[in-house]
Amino acid sequence: MNNGMSFTAIFFFVAIVGLTLVITWWASKRTSSASDFYTAGGGLTGWQNGLAIAGDYLSAASFLGIAGAVALFGFDGFFFSIGYLVAYLVVLYIVAEPLRNLGKFTLADMITARFDSSKVRGTAALSTITIVLFYMIAQLVGAGALIQLLLGIDYWVAVLIVGFMMTTYVLFGGMTATSWVQIIKACLLMIGTVIISFLVLKEFGFSIATMFKEMETATDSGAAYLNPGLKYSNGVDTISMLIALVLGTAGLPHILMRFFTVKDAKTARSSVIWATWIVGIFYILTIFLGFGAAKFVGKEDIIAANAAGNMAAPLLAEALGGDILFSFVCAVAFATILAVVAGLVLSGASALSHDIYGQIIKKGKITEKEQVLAARIGSITIAVISILLALGAQTLNVAFLVSLAFCIAGSANLPVIIYTIYWKRFNTAGAITAMLTGLISALVLVAVSPNLWNPVEGKAIFVGDPLIMLTNPAIISVPLGFLGGFIGTLLSKESDAKKYREVDVKANTGISVQDVSH
Amino acid sequence: MGKNQGNKGIMIDYDAIANQESFKALVRKKKSFLWSMTVFFLAAYMLLPILTSFTKVLHQKAFGEITWVWVYSAGLFIMTWCLCHLYVAKANSFDKEAKAIIAEYENGGGSR
Repeated sequence: MNNGMSFTAIFFFVAIVGLTLVITWWASKRTSSASDFYTAGGGLTGWQNGLAIAGDYLSAASFLGIAGAVALFGFDGFFFSIGYLVAYLVVLYIVAEPLRNLGKFTLADMITARFDSSKVRGTAALSTITIVLFYMIAQLVGAGALIQLLLGIDYWVAVLIVGFMMTTYVLFGGMTATSWVQIIKACLLMIGTVIISFLVLKEFGFSIATMFKEMETATDSGAAYLNPGLKYSNGVDTISMLIALVLGTAGLPHILMRFFTVKDAKTARSSVIWATWIVGIFYILTIFLGFGAAKFVGKEDIIAANAAGNMAAPLLAEALGGDILFSFVCAVAFATILAVVAGLVLSGASALSHDIYGQIIKKGKITEKEQVLAARIGSITIAVISILLALGAQTLNVAFLVSLAFCIAGSANLPVIIYTIYWKRFNTAGAITAMLTGLISALVLVAVSPNLWNPVEGKAIFVGDPLIMLTNPAIISVPLGFLGGFIGTLLSKESDAKKYREVDVKANTGISVQDVSH
Repeated sequence: MGKNQGNKGIMIDYDAIANQESFKALVRKKKSFLWSMTVFFLAAYMLLPILTSFTKVLHQKAFGEITWVWVYSAGLFIMTWCLCHLYVAKANSFDKEAKAIIAEYENGGGSR
């Protein structure tokens, strides 16, 4: 890899930036109401929304992170692919349709469809914003490091460029621009991944058996590379991480928001099917990306470029496809980061502007024009906060921030979603305690974990022994979220069976006034 | 819910629908399908780290140099896709029942 940018690299970067700006300009003419801004007017079709969900999901952490993890740790890296994919079943079976039937713009809308309380709404908005910020810092730190590496510019300049681009998409094009940037990026990412995988398979004579046989001797780990245990040797910690992966997705605000961009539950369903196929095929291909990088780039060169392995996929592209493929893959990685952070800004803004400002402070008495203005101010606020945090968080480990976001989502959001839809006795106090217990326990447990504490100086932020040995506390914090909601519910006498019947009917039939008025 | 709040003068009597036998039957059927499948796929999924962390059964070779852990993982991928399509098939039939429930409500108590 050379330090200066080649002509092809500049061409691909400019093409991607230009294309996304054209989309934003086109979308800006279609963005006038709050519903346009937050949910693209609910007008996406199943395949469009499916591609956009896949786009939201295949973040830089997936594309660069998993390819690197498989390259360095063999099967242990592939755990992420499995967890992230099976998570879609939780989304589809438990969350997607009731959420579409009950909500409007945000998770808080769905919970307050049952408990009309500004405390519930405020708590839901707080947990949404917390998750969004952690996830966004992770993406921005990763983006800064990547672009710094690719273009040879300073970290802070790189973060500002990404921050400026994402704010532009959201501010002018709202959800329509964000969705189409996602769709195009998902297609480009799939094309890039399929080409690299094809080249890797070609090197192995199109034989999976040969590939495994050669991988047995390709790394210094020998046959152990093809089995679990290289990275994750603590069984309970492995299980805890896999719990966070599979349950976290169903609580991620920017994924949940994607179910409001379609017109009904049936379309929400078909978009999950599209997403599951695309994401599943992608995750299978991560095997070829990872194995290929380990074999044709080599562990040493991967670690030399980036200690976490994030450069494995681009380096593999360069090794097998030369400068053109390398530039293309880098540009796609750039587009991936831009699209995901734009989606995150939007979901953070919806919690800030719609939930906190529109519904709590203004009590829903807000005109359409004010809503759109508030949404734009909210977007800028979320963008500025996360850019500032990212500038100060350069040394934080990206994978840790992402897994923390998944852990909070699974602990704070999933229990309250499940209780709201399926538990008759659940009440306002329970909703608040479920969210707060999940949120606080996830944060506190991470704060005392080996992620932040290490007895050897320089290995973590603080010097000292961690109180728990779990790098991901989901195995404790998710049950705590459920328990908190359960105890909070029983401690309060409040119980509104009539309201639950209404929620139950709406969630299961999707009935609304339009259905019975004709 | 904005326009759904019945400000057109039409209120939906949710209790009436909730009390229909057809609705109760649908909810029962849905819940037993959704939760039994969820328990099944989560168990199949969690079994993977449990087996790989505490036993060596999946570390053995299955085909050539490919160990059972890859075969099990491939199985989880296939399971995910199959269950997705099973869900859609089931949900389409639930949709029909939901439509019938709304029609029953409109014909029965919808005129109030």
